[in-house]
Amino acid sequence: MTKVTLTVNGRSMSGQAEGRTLLSSFLREELGLTGTHVGCDTSQCGACVVHVDGQAVKSCTVLAQDVEGANVTTIEGMANADGSLNTLQQAFQDHHGLQCGFCTPGMVMAASSLLAENPKPTEAEVRHYLEGNICRCTGYHNIVKAVMAASGQDVSDTVAAE
Amino acid sequence: MPKDGGIGASTKRREDVRFLTGNGRYTDDINLRGQAHAFFLRSQVAHGKINTIDTSAAEAMDGVIRIFTAKDFEGVGGVPCGWLITDKHGQPMQEPKHPVLAEGKVRHVGDPIAVVIAETLDQARDAAEAIDLDIEDLPAVVDMKAALSADAPKVHDELSSNLCYDWGFVEENKAAVDEAFASAAHVTSLELVNQRLIANPMEPRVAVGDYDPWNDNSTLYTTSQNPHVIRLLMGAFVLGIPEHKLRVVAPDVGGGFGAKIFHYAEEAFCTFAARQLKRPVKWTSSRSEAFMSDAHGRDHVTKIELALDAENNFTAIRTETYANMGAYLSTFAPSVPTWLHGTLMAGNYRTPLIYVNVKAVFTNTVPVDAYRGAGRPEATFQLERVVDKAARELGVDPVELRRQNFIKADQFPYATPVAVEYDTGNYDATMDKMLELSDYAGFAARAEESKKRGKLRGFGIAHYIEACGIAPSNLVGQLGARAGLYESATVRVNATGSISIYTGSHSHGQGHETTFAQVVADMIGIDAGQVEINHGDTANTPMGMGTYGSRSLAVGGSALVKATNKVINKAKKIAAHLLEASEADIELADGKFTVAGTDKSVDWAGVTLAAYVPHNYPLESMEPGLEETAFYDPSNFTYPSGAYGCEVEVDPDTGEVEIIGFTAADDFGNVVNPMIVEGQVHGGLAQGIGQALLERCVYDADGQLVSGSYMDYAMPRADNVPNYTVDHSCVTPCTHNPLGVKGCGEAGAIGSPPAVINAVIDALQRGGHSHVTHIDMPASPSRVWAAMNAK
Amino acid sequence: MYNFDFVKPASVEDAVAALSGDEAQPLSGGMTLLPSMKQRLNAPATLVSLTGIDALKGVCRDGDMLVIGAATPHAVVARDAAADYPALAELAGQIGDPMVRNRGTIGGSLANNDPSACYPAAALASGATIVTDKREIAAEEFFQGMFATALDEGEIITSVKFPIPQKAAYAKFAQPASRFALTGAFVAQYADGARVAITGASENGVFRWSEAETALSSNFSADALNGLAASADQMIGDLHGTPEYRAHLVGVMTRRAVGAAH
Ligand SMILES: Cc1cc2nc3c(=O)[nH]c(=O)nc-3n(C[C@H](O)[C@H](O)[C@H](O)COP(=O)(O)OP(=O)(O)OC[C@H]3O[C@@H](n4cnc5c(N)ncnc54)[C@H](O)[C@@H]3O)c2cc1C
Ligand code: FES
Ligand code: FES
Repeated sequence: MTKVTLTVNGRSMSGQAEGRTLLSSFLREELGLTGTHVGCDTSQCGACVVHVDGQAVKSCTVLAQDVEGANVTTIEGMANADGSLNTLQQAFQDHHGLQCGFCTPGMVMAASSLLAENPKPTEAEVRHYLEGNICRCTGYHNIVKAVMAASGQDVSDTVAAE
Repeated sequence: MPKDGGIGASTKRREDVRFLTGNGRYTDDINLRGQAHAFFLRSQVAHGKINTIDTSAAEAMDGVIRIFTAKDFEGVGGVPCGWLITDKHGQPMQEPKHPVLAEGKVRHVGDPIAVVIAETLDQARDAAEAIDLDIEDLPAVVDMKAALSADAPKVHDELSSNLCYDWGFVEENKAAVDEAFASAAHVTSLELVNQRLIANPMEPRVAVGDYDPWNDNSTLYTTSQNPHVIRLLMGAFVLGIPEHKLRVVAPDVGGGFGAKIFHYAEEAFCTFAARQLKRPVKWTSSRSEAFMSDAHGRDHVTKIELALDAENNFTAIRTETYANMGAYLSTFAPSVPTWLHGTLMAGNYRTPLIYVNVKAVFTNTVPVDAYRGAGRPEATFQLERVVDKAARELGVDPVELRRQNFIKADQFPYATPVAVEYDTGNYDATMDKMLELSDYAGFAARAEESKKRGKLRGFGIAHYIEACGIAPSNLVGQLGARAGLYESATVRVNATGSISIYTGSHSHGQGHETTFAQVVADMIGIDAGQVEINHGDTANTPMGMGTYGSRSLAVGGSALVKATNKVINKAKKIAAHLLEASEADIELADGKFTVAGTDKSVDWAGVTLAAYVPHNYPLESMEPGLEETAFYDPSNFTYPSGAYGCEVEVDPDTGEVEIIGFTAADDFGNVVNPMIVEGQVHGGLAQGIGQALLERCVYDADGQLVSGSYMDYAMPRADNVPNYTVDHSCVTPCTHNPLGVKGCGEAGAIGSPPAVINAVIDALQRGGHSHVTHIDMPASPSRVWAAMNAK
Repeated sequence: MYNFDFVKPASVEDAVAALSGDEAQPLSGGMTLLPSMKQRLNAPATLVSLTGIDALKGVCRDGDMLVIGAATPHAVVARDAAADYPALAELAGQIGDPMVRNRGTIGGSLANNDPSACYPAAALASGATIVTDKREIAAEEFFQGMFATALDEGEIITSVKFPIPQKAAYAKFAQPASRFALTGAFVAQYADGARVAITGASENGVFRWSEAETALSSNFSADALNGLAASADQMIGDLHGTPEYRAHLVGVMTRRAVGAAH
């Protein structure tokens, strides 16, 4: 066991890790941050996405010891300072971009990277960027809509007749 | 306009906030003090005789607490099956034992052989590798027809064959159906495969067993769609723990789609082991493990024939289906190819004679059970494919052939020849709506434009009927169900007027916490924020059947309405007393009780306070308190229906199919929360498109799982699917439940596969590949290319 | 995963020293190695992380060569190679998904030599040189069939040198589930002729399609490939496509790459 210290959501946090301890397990089990989910063991589903030094990564495929000292942001660190949902999170709620919520943390983390890189993506760009995040519930329509809306674009024409 | 937060409003989901901030509490997020970890050692062969299991070396390894094998389960029951099918000769199906851990034989890749309990999961897994197994390979049966041959190896030695049952429906009609075929002007026949799928909720299954020596009670935290069903099956049939000593909690559950209905061996194991070890035991499935231990779905091979008269009226349907049960009978497996499939074979049509034959077969594969739609997608796929093929053979418009044979709006209620009675519907209306929204009229021009780009465009149509909320209990009991199919709700009004609801239904994405609150808030006229929905814990919810079969609102919502009405009735009595008026004169509106025609009133909170602080209260005639429970047992299924249109472009160079547009016009009856209903349809469509184009669970001839991970099992991603156009403005309210709702959870997955495949065939036909009349799902690029190039 | 010791050296020398230990293995982006270790298909005693070695990272132009450090993630290649070798940058941008590209590296990809991986096609079609801590290996010699390379035990790739072509493109047909290449064609035109490398299709891993090279060397256009068909012999057959289908895709993807070359 080795001590690993990370800055997580702005706070310095430490825990014990074996060589084989994955960042996802370290966050969930050592630091108690269970918002990061694990949905597969082949690095394909994206439920585990967090930001390491500003970049989206699959935390299930990163060793905790390999990111010693890094700045990590998880879903728990995404809300506004007053605890209210940030623009992207709010858009997910407003546009029903989640159902069971299991893929949601990874979706939000990946989508926020997209918007950082590309503040006004097209719908096709959103769909393409999210190819590493699997959602079984929503059929993606409302996730795409939420991300488009969070980027400040008009999504009214994708709103179904009500 | 619906009231904000009331019935008909697209109220934002309250549960979203916790999910969006990482505060959801899924089963794997639960860690109990002193918890040990379980690792299941699973069979790597499809069929084998267990000679010896030597655990001695493993037991000596670091962190190992105990290793369990089948011998530890002597005296413990097998995992039960919840539905008994009677075959066409009146005999019960063959029902083999499904032990918690393999006894004597392993019967599929993934069959659990032993479980290591250790301090950490890694230690448990390390030790599992040190277990010395002597398993003698036996020949595996994988193909269903081969499994039925006389010399096939038997999956279960104690059974007479690999045939679970041979079911005929309606057996009495068989001769008449055969006659109709003999005299038909035209017969269209089609052989097709409804391929094996894996539900793949994104949250893998987890079970945490706990035992409290203080009161001898057991608790199971599990990823389940129906905790009460698990408590009943596991307590009564497997472990022999009475319900009052057993609590089952299904907290936030990350999707189910059917795969989390069933009672699984791992649940019974963790509960059992926690009692043995007197400490909590946790099992978390890896995705790889999920592929070989979650029940699979579909896996039917069917020949369907449609007979038509000279005027193109459907005169009879005859089908023969082989349905794969896998190696054991999962909880509701036998009902899927029979009652959930045969009863839907009339579809939206007036076909007077139908005969359905189903042979259910044991093979050395993972058990197969309900997956989103369960039986109904299989029925719809056959029907809507064969109708499309008939239209093509007869040279008539597929829309017109359907319309001509539709049950017409003025023919409801309509009794089909397959034992169900549709209460309402208007299939022409949904068809019109779909054609309008998809701009069917403009298709030819779009096809022309595609052609210029070297692409083949096609349009496919499907019209589906679904039966939701399996009911009533006494009927399904006659059909072999070993459970009731009612739902329950307790409405506990608190002293200050807020309301705690306890429902036997369960939400794992459907948004009950929001919609159920909308219903109650609307009925009473209070703010939905005053209503809290509790579900998923047998300790505080009344016995209920959980969530599957698109039943939550139709059945659970009806129970809720019933209980709320009881509360309102009592509250009116209290209000009458407070207002010194006659109960008959009391009106409830906007959270206020008023004496009709006066301005005398008392608000909701005034009444609720009086109920719990009964100082001014008719104690002589009424008990204090305001809490009611209701159980609702529906008198019939509900019958949502809809028209789906899919437009595709096929790349003739690669065979790749792109979905250009998808339109769904559904009739769900009344809608409580349109936003949530649309989300349910979207999700169903993606799964249906996934089945049509991407997903396939494949075994090789030895019973090895070839598509054992997302590397080979193609899950739909954001860029595989289009923006959907969904509509639910065609409304024929259900006639027999209080909300007039029908159910929307499975529709998308039922109606979309045939629409997609019909569109692919249409594209190829228009592109000159007139020899292609069918492509089995998934219509992957390689299959489409091969079909085009088959000469 | 089996447990192992984790070390993270800061220099190539320290990495090489650490790798001389028993059962030591380099870890770069981990996008291939860690999933295979989760399946317990791999049991190194020590993992030597290359992510802390700055000398192994970056994209730089050296005359008519583009030199890419072995531990450079795909996302960085997609960004930093765009000006000098756009086809290579576009290939890197098509590997996996954004998260995979943020971690996965060119060195890991080449060392792994997955028969469906993208980079091997670029390296072979470009006539790249794989530079290791000990020597330089021509791409031709480096790839030795599915998952096999010329690397010795403990030898690490330090950089890859790509001669920059006049024009080039990569056309990838994704396997529907994994989205690796079911068949991918990298086409590059150099002053001395055209090179075509095919990935995803063959049981022998990445290979050069010499008939197409000959045709394109005299006339670099999709038309030059008319009538050319790759043989289905030794093509991969699996649930995603038959050998015949892959052979067919070789032609389609090569044509598309030629059409897109820039
Ligand atoms: C979801 C997903 C999708 C993917 N899609 C694609 C795709 O479309 N196309 C594609 O090409 N790839 C794809 N990949 C693979 C990805 O590109 C990997 O990053 C790459 O194959 C391995 O690179 P790595 O840096 O992650 O290596 P690692 O996983 O760290 O290592 C891989 C192997 O190389 C060895 N190694 C690593 N670095 C060196 C070195 N410098 N010298 C010698 N040996 C070394 C390791 O010991 C190990 O054996 C995908 C991966 C995932 C998880
Ligand atoms: S859990 Fe990390 S990608 Fe699936
Ligand atoms: S919301 Fe359930 S998996 Fe995406």
